[in-house]
Amino acid sequence: MSDKHDTRGMEYLQSLPRRWVTLYVPLAVFLFVLLFPFYWMVMTSFKPNEELVSRAANPFWIVHPTLAHFEKLLFRTDYPLWLWNTIVVSVVATFLSLFAAVLAAYAIERLRFRGSREVGLSIFFAYLVPPSILFIPLALMVFKLGLFDTRWALILTYPTFLVPFCTWLLMGYFRTIPYELEECALIDGATRWQILVKIMLPLAVPGLISAGIFAFTLSWNEFIYALTFVSSSETKTVSVAVITELVEGDIYHWGSLMAGALLGSVPVAVLYSFFVEYYVSGMTGAVKE
Amino acid sequence: MLPAGALLLVFLTYPLALGTWLGFTDAKIGRPGEWVGLENFQFLVGDSVARLSLFNTLFYTVVASALKFVLGLWLALLLNQHLPFKSLIRAVVLLPFIVPTALSAIAFWWIYDSQFSVVSWALERLGLIHEYIDFLGEPWLARLSVIAANIWRGVPFVAISLLAGLQTISPSLYEASSIDGATPWQQFWHVTLPMLTPIIAVVMTFSVLFTFTDFQLIYVLTRGGPLNATHLMATLSFQRGIPGGAIGEGAALAMLMVPFLLAAILFSYFGLQRRAWQQGGGDK
Repeated sequence: MSDKHDTRGMEYLQSLPRRWVTLYVPLAVFLFVLLFPFYWMVMTSFKPNEELVSRAANPFWIVHPTLAHFEKLLFRTDYPLWLWNTIVVSVVATFLSLFAAVLAAYAIERLRFRGSREVGLSIFFAYLVPPSILFIPLALMVFKLGLFDTRWALILTYPTFLVPFCTWLLMGYFRTIPYELEECALIDGATRWQILVKIMLPLAVPGLISAGIFAFTLSWNEFIYALTFVSSSETKTVSVAVITELVEGDIYHWGSLMAGALLGSVPVAVLYSFFVEYYVSGMTGAVKE
Repeated sequence: MLPAGALLLVFLTYPLALGTWLGFTDAKIGRPGEWVGLENFQFLVGDSVARLSLFNTLFYTVVASALKFVLGLWLALLLNQHLPFKSLIRAVVLLPFIVPTALSAIAFWWIYDSQFSVVSWALERLGLIHEYIDFLGEPWLARLSVIAANIWRGVPFVAISLLAGLQTISPSLYEASSIDGATPWQQFWHVTLPMLTPIIAVVMTFSVLFTFTDFQLIYVLTRGGPLNATHLMATLSFQRGIPGGAIGEGAALAMLMVPFLLAAILFSYFGLQRRAWQQGGGDK
C-alpha cells in the first residue's frame, strides 16, 4: 500500500471496493476541498450582484453570468496599474536575485575559499528569517533611503528572501555538475568568468528555471512588505491593492473582489502549469538538500 | 559572491540588528527612539493583548501544523499509489500553495461571510443548522476558521514534499517486510515512518516556521479580531508598529518571536545532521 512499484505488484491483494474506500474516496474529498475555493472564486466573479445576495437561489451555479465585475475592475479602478506594478517588481527582483544568487552559489560551491561551508550554511539560515520580523526595521531603512512609496522599495527588499533561497537551490544544482568539466576548461586556459558563463550556466539551465519560477511566484505573492512600504494606489501590487483599495468601508463588492483575486492568481497559476516539474523539483530539492 | 553578500548584509543583517536595537527603544514614527532598556518587554509581558497573541500564535501553530502534518502525510501516501492521471492530480494539488495567499484568503473571507456563507447555506439545506454561522464573529469559531484556511494552504506543500521523500524509499524494503508477514499498517509504522523521519523533520520545521510567523491570512480574514482573538504576534506587531506608530514596541514583539524560531531552526539542523548520518552509515 505504500510505494508505486510495490502497489503494482501487490494490487491484486486489494479488492476493488476496498481500493475505493481507502484510496479514491479520500482522494476525491481532498481534491474537492483543495479546489473548492477556486471554484467559488470563479463562480462569484461571474455572478450578478442580485444572485450573490439572494439566499433562495442555488449558490453553486450562475443563472445569468455577467462580466460586469471584470469590466468595473479593468476600467473603473487602477487594477491594470496594480498588475503592471506587480509584474515589474517581480520580474526585476527575480533577475536581480538570480544574478546575485548565481555568483554566490558558484563562489561557495567551487571557489572553496576558507569558511565557504559556513557561508553556505548561513545562507540557508538567512532564508529562514521570516519577513514578519524584518518589516519594521526595513520600513525605517526604506524611509531613510527616500524609497518609501516607490517600486524600488519592493525591488530592493524582495531579494532578502529571494537571494538566500535561490542561492541554496543553485548550490545544490551546481554540485551535480561534474568538476572535471571545469578542470578541462581551466587547462584550456578559460578564466573563471568564462567557465561560469560558458560551462556552468548552460548546464544549469533547469536549475535556473526552477529558481526563477520560484522567485517569481514568491515575489508575486509577497504581502507584508508591499503592505508596509507602499501607500499610494499607483504603486501598490495586486495582492495588497485588492484588499485595501477594493473594500470601501463596510460595503464589500464581493464580485469585483473575487474577480480581482482571480485575475491576480491566474498569471502565477499559468506560469506554474507550464513549469510544474521544475517547480516541484525546486521545492522538493530545496527541502531535501 | 560580492553582490549577494553586500545585498544580504545591507538588507538582512543590518535590519536584524536594527530591529533588535529598536526593540529596546521607544521609537515612534517620525522620531528616533531613546534607549529604554527592557521597558518594552516589561510592558508587553503585562499587556493582556500581547499575552493573548502569544497564546493565539502557539495555539494556531500547534493545531495547524499537527493537522497539516497528518493530512499532508495521508495525501502523500494516497498520491504515492498507482493512480490514473497521476501527474495531473499532483499538479492540481499544489495549486493552493501557488496562488497568492492574500488572494485566496479573500475567497475564504467570502466563504466565511456571516450572511451569505456557502457553507452555512449547504448546512441549512441539509437541515443541520437553523441559523447562519458567524464564522469570523466569535472568538473560538474565528480561531478555528483561520486555522482551517491555513491548513488548506499548507497541506499541499507538506504532501508534495513528503511525496518526494516517499519516492526515495526503496521498494525492496517493502518486499522484504511483506515476506516477513508485515501488515500494511506495520509496514507504514516500521518502514515508511522511520525512513521518512529526516525529511519530516525538515518539512515540519519549515511548516512551523511559516505558520508561526503567518501574517497575510489573518490580516485579510480578521485583522486580529474579534476581540483580538485571532491576533498573532506578527499581526499585532504590525498593528502596533506601523498604523499604531509605536515602532519600538512592534519591534520588541517581533523580537519575541526569535527564540521560537531559533528552536525550530535548531530542530531542523539536527534533522539534517541525522539525515547525513543515515546516508553515510546505512547503505541506501
